[in-house]
Amino acid sequence: MELTALLLSRIQFALTIGFHILFPTLTIGLALLLFAHEALWLATRRAIYLQSCRFWSRIFAVNFGMGVVSGIVLSYEIGTNFAGFSEATGNVLGPLFSYEVLTAFFLEAGFLGIMLFGWKRVPGWLHIMATGMVAIGTLISAFWILAANSWMHTPAGFEVRDGVFYATDWWAVVFNPSFPYRYTHMVLASLLTTAFVAAGVGAWYVLRDRHAEFGRMTLRLAVITAAVLAPLQLVAGDFHGLNTLKHQPMKVAAMEGHWHTETGVPLLLFAIPDQAAEKNHFEIGIPKIASLILTHELDGELKGLTEVPPEDRPPVAPVFFSFRVMVGIGMLFIALAATGLVLLLLGRLFAYPLYLKALIAASPLGFFAVIAGWVTTEIGRQPWVVAGLMRTADSGSATVQTSEVATSLALFSVVYLLLLLVFIGVILGLIRKGPTTGPEPEQQPRFATA
Amino acid sequence: MTELLPLLLAGAIAFGVTMYVLLDGFDLGVGILFPFADTEDDRDRMMNSLAPIWDGNETWLVLGGAVLFGAFPKAFGILTAAFYLPIMLMLIALVFRGVAFEYRFKFRSRWPWNLAFCAGSMVAAFAQGVILGAYVRGASGVDHQFHWFGVFPLFTGVAVVIAYALLGAAWLNMKTDGPLAILMRRRARMLLVASLGCIAVVSVWTPLLEPAIAARWFSLPNLFVLAPIPVATAVTGWLVWYGLRDDSHDAMAFVASVVLFLITLGGLAISLWPWIVPRSLTIWQAASPPESQIFLGVGLAAILPFVLAYTAHNYWVFRGKVPTGSGYH
Repeated sequence: MELTALLLSRIQFALTIGFHILFPTLTIGLALLLFAHEALWLATRRAIYLQSCRFWSRIFAVNFGMGVVSGIVLSYEIGTNFAGFSEATGNVLGPLFSYEVLTAFFLEAGFLGIMLFGWKRVPGWLHIMATGMVAIGTLISAFWILAANSWMHTPAGFEVRDGVFYATDWWAVVFNPSFPYRYTHMVLASLLTTAFVAAGVGAWYVLRDRHAEFGRMTLRLAVITAAVLAPLQLVAGDFHGLNTLKHQPMKVAAMEGHWHTETGVPLLLFAIPDQAAEKNHFEIGIPKIASLILTHELDGELKGLTEVPPEDRPPVAPVFFSFRVMVGIGMLFIALAATGLVLLLLGRLFAYPLYLKALIAASPLGFFAVIAGWVTTEIGRQPWVVAGLMRTADSGSATVQTSEVATSLALFSVVYLLLLLVFIGVILGLIRKGPTTGPEPEQQPRFATA
Repeated sequence: MTELLPLLLAGAIAFGVTMYVLLDGFDLGVGILFPFADTEDDRDRMMNSLAPIWDGNETWLVLGGAVLFGAFPKAFGILTAAFYLPIMLMLIALVFRGVAFEYRFKFRSRWPWNLAFCAGSMVAAFAQGVILGAYVRGASGVDHQFHWFGVFPLFTGVAVVIAYALLGAAWLNMKTDGPLAILMRRRARMLLVASLGCIAVVSVWTPLLEPAIAARWFSLPNLFVLAPIPVATAVTGWLVWYGLRDDSHDAMAFVASVVLFLITLGGLAISLWPWIVPRSLTIWQAASPPESQIFLGVGLAAILPFVLAYTAHNYWVFRGKVPTGSGYH
């Protein structure tokens, strides 16, 4: 493959958006966790909930900052690297991004200062309102960005004139066919990822017998949350998959490694897809199960990749493997959450070091599942940037030189790697330090009131 | 109506850019002034004066980009691609500047994050100045090339660094007291002189660069209509100078330096009108269709007042001087 400005731009966008998504994933979940714990603090006045707010808001602040700075990069890259795409779709997608800034980013920014630094400066009701506003802001932000992304997968409410998209029905643009499923799937993924991060942190404190009361409270709430959400995510994922089958059958065919239209299709647990030969090597599958899952009939017919010409097929191997990574982690989460729930009901949640260690090991897996899910859906959309209508090949910036993109890609690679290491180090440091057991923030010397 | 819409949305972008330049302008200015502080405690205070508000300030940059994307997609594609390297440099610099707010207080040795904060602010300001200079000079050729690597854009890059530092110094004079405020007043006076010098140079240089700009300013009756602008600049400059005399006019000095920025930006708008891709595409040529502009315009009109209200509330909560010793972190 030739290293064109477009190819480098795509690598750069994948790198910068893959880096970015780590942070909002945790932001959405943590904002809701903080709101819940602050509400518990106001309702019960038990110091442990305030401790929890203080602890998680330090992590939230670092995480949020990373999300902000890496997000601004993306909003400009759509123009710098994909002028073709932005000139064709700006009429439709530009307003959605604008609404995201207006209804979400400003809301978050306007109340974040009070949430993080305002404990002493505003009354309790205003503080929890600020926390709530930030939490709502994160959900609104996900709403608009997923509406825009979903439109690229299942475009609706538009017409095309001379290669440019024009909106005809804004309701249909925003609530396009895949949006409700994608939004639910992503928000659940955020909450689940956060629940397992919290479970891992709680388990670590319980195992080390440090801040054990805080650890037990955190672990208990995290396990209950995960036990509710993990099975729910399986259901949401199933609905999302059926929606994809309806609108983007070739993506599903790539996810399943399914080349030829057949009935009674097996569910492949493993295979090495071969794009050129239009078949798989080393297949291990369970007969008829893919048909059962996707058509809810053992002998249902599924369209294979050879239904469309080779130049219209997505690259199968990355879609096939990333999908299995995502589902595998999801299944593991269900198993861990179910185990936790049983142990909790037996009153033995903190009794087994092996289970606690498993939770600690599993705590970063949500992020891997999120990345794997996005790789599945975005590579599964190829070779289109707007499914079926605009090819990725036509999306680049004609005036930008390969050397320019190579320069920025090299810079981003170095800077983001460095910042990711710093971020992980700082977060681990904050966890090691633990919740402060000192005086409540009300008694600490804060800002002198003006 | 269809004639008016692009004008209103261009006005919204101009408003967003102005808010960004003023608000993140003093943020970046504080970063640029970081090396001039005497102690780490002073640097704590400088940073704490921004900690609760910088995120909102930076959001105006995203608003400007997003509305440009939605209301003038052609201009968004052409301009961002044309300024590829300066934009990338600015974004990476803003990454360093932004993360420094959190990481500086998390590490025992603070100098790497002092450096990230200062260099990030300086490079971001410089890149913005370079883009501004090349933008004012305008595009050439069928593929809308902007030659940003030239003497004039590099000069405007330096000018923006100086001008942001002036805003930052006036901000710190207002938000702090004691030796730090005295130091900042002294720096602010030097920066004021340098900023006025830069404004004068740019005012002479742009008409020389572009005959259309010369015609805009020096033809009759424009010459007389526009004559108050340099006078207002001079008066405002004197007000900043006067406000920096002692510690009792700190708010006036800051407001006057903000007004100085407003006049300068207004002057640039007069030079550029009616282009959105200067001397290549007008506001109307680059506009998205009415259905997009109406959808966008309604949102802006309905939501921006609330944004301004709670942004103002946030500033109100964190009003007053930042005391020494007790940080946020």
